Amino acid sequence: MSSASLIRRGQSIVAERSLYWGLAALLTLIAILPVGRLLLEGVAPGGVPGLAPFRRVLADPATWVALGHTLDVSLAAMLISGAIGGAMALVVALTDLPAKSMLVFGFIMLLMVPSQITTIAWIELLGPSSALLHLIGLAPAPGSRHPLYSATGITVLLGLEHAPLVFLGLRTALRALPGDLIEAARASGARPPRVVRTVIVPLMGPSLIAGMTLAFVSNIGNFGTPALLGIPARFPMLTTLIYQRLSGFGPRVLSEVAVLSLVLGVIAILGVAFESWLTGRRDVRVDGAAATPVRLSLGAWRWPVILLVWGFLTLTLLVPLSALLVTALVKAYGQPLSLATATLENFRFILFEHPAARRALVNSFGLATAAAMLLCLAAVPVAYFAVWRRRHLMRALVMATELAYALPGVVLAIAAILFFIRPVLGVSLYNTLGIILIAYLARFFTLAERPVAAAFRQLDIRLEEAAQMAGAGFMRRVLTVALPLVAPAAAAGGLLVFLTAFNELTVSALLWSAGHETLGVVVFSLEQGGDNTLAAAIASLTVAATIGLMAIASFLTRNLAHPVLPWQA
Amino acid sequence: MAGLRLDRITKRFGAAAPVVDGVSLDVADGEFLAILGPSGCGKTTLLRLIAGFERPGVGSVRLGDRLVADEKTHVPPEDRHVGIVFQSYALWPHMSVGENVGYPLRTRGIKGADYRTQVAAALEAVGLSGVDGRRPASLSGGQRQRVALARCLAMSPDLVLLDEPLANLDVHLKASLLDEFQRFQARTGATMLYITHDQSEAMALADRIAVMAHGRIEQLAPPQTLYRSPATEFVADFIGMGGVVGVDVLDAAGGTATIEIAGYRATVRAVPDQATGPARVCLRPEDLVLATEGLPARCRRARYQGGEWLVELTIDGQDDCELQMLAKPGAVPAPGAAVRLRINDGWVIPAKPG
Repeated sequence: MSSASLIRRGQSIVAERSLYWGLAALLTLIAILPVGRLLLEGVAPGGVPGLAPFRRVLADPATWVALGHTLDVSLAAMLISGAIGGAMALVVALTDLPAKSMLVFGFIMLLMVPSQITTIAWIELLGPSSALLHLIGLAPAPGSRHPLYSATGITVLLGLEHAPLVFLGLRTALRALPGDLIEAARASGARPPRVVRTVIVPLMGPSLIAGMTLAFVSNIGNFGTPALLGIPARFPMLTTLIYQRLSGFGPRVLSEVAVLSLVLGVIAILGVAFESWLTGRRDVRVDGAAATPVRLSLGAWRWPVILLVWGFLTLTLLVPLSALLVTALVKAYGQPLSLATATLENFRFILFEHPAARRALVNSFGLATAAAMLLCLAAVPVAYFAVWRRRHLMRALVMATELAYALPGVVLAIAAILFFIRPVLGVSLYNTLGIILIAYLARFFTLAERPVAAAFRQLDIRLEEAAQMAGAGFMRRVLTVALPLVAPAAAAGGLLVFLTAFNELTVSALLWSAGHETLGVVVFSLEQGGDNTLAAAIASLTVAATIGLMAIASFLTRNLAHPVLPWQA
Repeated sequence: MAGLRLDRITKRFGAAAPVVDGVSLDVADGEFLAILGPSGCGKTTLLRLIAGFERPGVGSVRLGDRLVADEKTHVPPEDRHVGIVFQSYALWPHMSVGENVGYPLRTRGIKGADYRTQVAAALEAVGLSGVDGRRPASLSGGQRQRVALARCLAMSPDLVLLDEPLANLDVHLKASLLDEFQRFQARTGATMLYITHDQSEAMALADRIAVMAHGRIEQLAPPQTLYRSPATEFVADFIGMGGVVGVDVLDAAGGTATIEIAGYRATVRAVPDQATGPARVCLRPEDLVLATEGLPARCRRARYQGGEWLVELTIDGQDDCELQMLAKPGAVPAPGAAVRLRINDGWVIPAKPG
């Protein structure tokens, strides 16, 4: 071998190793160290071993009240999600319903529109000042208590918001169900209801329960809905209790809120572990080959089902979002909307004059852009090492980031505070946008990585081996083979990160500081402060941005063989 | 028991060319009929139309004297009483073997001792007694297909559709399952419709074979007729070996014709009303022998088949028409060699009506 080629080979190895270890260090920093610090705080508050905060928290009746509320509401909401998401998955995956793509897009919006925005929309829809209810004469009396400020209100909204999680898991499983299992049952004389009962439900049961478990985990970690509905109703849940403690007493109660967030975290981890166990043992013994897709004809039920699903979407998505827009368009809260009262003043004010809102717009946009770009850049090589090269450390770190996503945002935020409250390596991130960015990187890494990993799994590793045989070094292979092949998936993942980070509230509600607000925080405080029209204006803009970004992501990935975005039917 | 009658069935998906195009078919009660065709010819769609998973755009399906599908009527699959054996077996993984076989009985409300006897009888009939409690996943491919057959048997259907049931199995299992299908039919007397792309399966089993191409039935005939007297050039190519060459029909009467190719004359079979003039003739390998005088041809290549050699030839002046013949070891012409052929038999492909 000539010395020049030896040098080239050496450089290639160095490039590969430094990239690998750099990525491993980054993932460790964002996904493992803060959570590790939180665990340490549980057994050694302030660095001194001891269980005093544990005892204090467990002896506090407020803990048990909040825990009870959290479990009650989350379990009930999970059942709602299971019923709605399960029915929707059956209809979408198994029948010949027309216009499925639009239906799925709309249904997934229940999940993609951030929790606080959905909640504000429903508050506007059903409250005493509801323009829509005034139109039909059903508005609650002025001054009466808002009907949603209750455990029932929280339960129903959480159930709606997280129904798409059940839908997504079940739809994936139904798609893998060979159609001839159903056809064999029908040829054996079973009518559709019997087919559902004896074949589909037994085969899909584990997936349904897995999806419901995910919904449950999302319920216990949700902050926007219980904060906007539960705080005025004096109905504390674990997330809102943590938030109120920390914003009321500041960092000196950190040890106690750390214990509270550990309680929340443990429930979430148990849920996720149960879910992945179920998903792992799901019946994948697909018999033989040639799985024909299932298409049950709705026949005479066609129109009733169309009316039902679209009516449901209209009532749960379109009507509340219209109520939101109506509130954003009136001059003063409670005014009916008419040509005389309609104004764009609220939009002008929050975009150009309200200082916090303007700052928040810039901050959220910057945070979301930075998170999306950094994660896109990191996700490609990480997925490459984890999927194509099957490197164990990278696979383990990817699992750690999955965990960071599964943990409630409140837990991750407390972990970030604990880890960064003192300067790390001489850099002080506490009370800056930096801490929010790092928390976003940890929380949303998996959103960027999953589509890329899925793309790598679909691609044949021989593509890279052929490049290797052709003499391409590591960097050349990654840049000329791997990157172009997964670029659309990476872009879709990046947009998903942008979308989620731009709309984020839970993490930033605990990590923001004066001058470093996010859009979520500003909407939340405007709504809490009674500036409903301004909150509605920002919320309307957020919804428009969400729809736009979802459409862009769909457009970018329209040519991929397999859909990588959740809302693609 | 019932026959099957398809009347001018057409099915199209969207605006594309029809997948099934005006197919009419009469299957007698108790007949074993194979539908044979290359992939994409529409045979699976035809099966799904008969089973009731698809609705014909035009035409009707009758089972016995029961109308099950036309433009207005659609009897759902569960009420047609048609058994299906799938290529993928389609055994439900969450049920035991016994539960799989007994499923059609339960849908009809059969319970208790009757249920157990019939499940046991069905499993015994396919030689799988005593596996009731096992899961389908623990069985081999051949056993799974037997379970699928037992499930079909348990519903004692009027008509059994077999959708490439042997495609996933190796050669030896194929042979034993072919026997199984024949026993099944002998026992039940059911009308059977066997969909396949494998002509050896079709020839071994079927009373008659319908050859399908581009959504149409090219020919419906017993296997020997299909081989000896193909109705179209497609059938001549698709079934068996040999080739089709252009000839001049000099004289034809009473089912034989005198033909001329490259100056050589021979007598072959033809339809009774065969016209004179240019025509195409199907020549099977066994129709040709090497001779000192006869049709001038050239050997292209020869392949050893075990026992005999298969020699590929072209006739002088028709280089794009390949013919095949069999030759004994020792009498195999070298590639490139000029040879002379005698035509012992052949079939003039009838002109298409219209």
